[in-house]
Amino acid sequence: MIAQRKPHRRGKEKGNAFYLGISGLSVLAALFLWWLAARNAWVNPLFLPSPSDVWAAFADIAKEGYKGSTLLAHIGASMRRIFIALAYIFVTAITLGILCGRVRWIRAIFDPFVEFYRPLPPLAYYSLLVLWFGIQDTSKIVLLFLSGFAPLFITAVHSSSSVPIDRINGAKSLGAKGWRLYVYVILPSCLPDLLTGLRTAVGVTYATLVAAEMIAAVSGIGWMVLDASKYLRSDIIYAAIIVMGIIAILIDTALRLLIRRVSPWVEH
Amino acid sequence: MTMIATAESGGIALNGISLTYNRKRSTVSALQGIELDLAPDDFVCVLGPSGCGKSSLLNIVAGYLEPTEGTVLINGNEHTEPNAQVGVVFQHANLFPWLNIAKNIEFGVKMAKLPRAERKRRVNFYLDLVGLGQAGALLPHQLSGGMKQRAAIARTLATEPRIVLMDEPFSALDALTRESMQMHLRRIWLQTRKCIFFITHDVDEALLLGRRILIMHPNPGRIVQDFVNPVFVPEGEFSFSDARGGQAFAELRALLISQIANGSGNGS
Repeated sequence: MIAQRKPHRRGKEKGNAFYLGISGLSVLAALFLWWLAARNAWVNPLFLPSPSDVWAAFADIAKEGYKGSTLLAHIGASMRRIFIALAYIFVTAITLGILCGRVRWIRAIFDPFVEFYRPLPPLAYYSLLVLWFGIQDTSKIVLLFLSGFAPLFITAVHSSSSVPIDRINGAKSLGAKGWRLYVYVILPSCLPDLLTGLRTAVGVTYATLVAAEMIAAVSGIGWMVLDASKYLRSDIIYAAIIVMGIIAILIDTALRLLIRRVSPWVEH
Repeated sequence: MTMIATAESGGIALNGISLTYNRKRSTVSALQGIELDLAPDDFVCVLGPSGCGKSSLLNIVAGYLEPTEGTVLINGNEHTEPNAQVGVVFQHANLFPWLNIAKNIEFGVKMAKLPRAERKRRVNFYLDLVGLGQAGALLPHQLSGGMKQRAAIARTLATEPRIVLMDEPFSALDALTRESMQMHLRRIWLQTRKCIFFITHDVDEALLLGRRILIMHPNPGRIVQDFVNPVFVPEGEFSFSDARGGQAFAELRALLISQIANGSGNGS
């Protein structure tokens, strides 16, 4: 007898909830392993404090603060640096990137400098920034700016130079020219790419944050990790890293939702 | 076959258009000595084998391509850059994906800085004209291929250009949709009496729609036939399938196909 089969599409037979469930279980399993490892002392507790120790450390810094500032103040200080840097990145990298993508000679002016500094590790020039901009927040924000500028700039150049020629021609034949062509056609054409580029920029600035807060800082979530490591407070290090991770996921999710909202025609 | 007498005022004139490309050892003559007058209410279909320069000719009239020699005159003024006087409908609808259908149609009128009330009137009028009165709030990706192409036609007409250039606008559609689009276009032309310059490789399409038919041959690209379509129906709607079945239609189709094939056959 021939086996009866229900017709179903190959590959995509399970809903998103199914895979989210698997991810949730995977995280729970990792937490359980962690708990087991700490409880049976498989690893030196200095390397791996128990989940409850980390939770206690988190509760403590959340309530009492860390070295004079509350946890929220530390997070706020870091977020302030990141978001000021991102605001400057967003405006400058997109404006300059789109211009460079459309006008060849402008690109020729900026290309050598961007290509030169882009692969440099931010820490290599951080001490110079401190010399120039002092040990306050300015040098940190400039460092974050420089690290996040290149990825968004390159995205903007690539995206604006690959706007379909028919779309540009069609817009011209509808009477668009000059700056209106940029504002009403080229910018919205690039927007989905630019937001994706912004996601990359957020990732890079976030990664640079700890480095930025290594020098002469007394606040910030990255500084907290480094300061705690001086005293071998691994419970605080773990707690702060988990907080950093969760904040990063939240920012990224917000950006992904924004992308889906402004460009529903792009497949995600 | 008789030439159409052109109206001097308001018409479009191509004077001695030539286009040559320089290759390494030779020059390729894509177009040579094109002379053409179009009346302000003409419906001209251009037929020809691929490589005969019909798309190049359209790009020159649109202002996308600069001819090596010759001028395009619109209402007596030289036309050198794309603008809203010459509308273009592309093979693919080419709508702005971030704007809904109504806003796509409004784009050109907005660029022309017309008052708000007039913009609204035009959007509603042209939405209704192409039979998309209910679809104004939808985004392009939510429409079928035929609806998209109708929206593109409405968007081009809304700026009320002197001439509308169409580059095989229905060739990417399935046969049923294509026929309904041809009926739409005929009705639109009867209502607006807008000059349409329509490139196609479909002989039936040219015979059903065109009041005047041009045949181009390659090497060098030139107009070899220019005649009033004897099976053109000047007024009202008619059955396309009945028309195709007529004896005069069938004989003309066979004649045109052989003439087009002549052009693709001899190389020099």
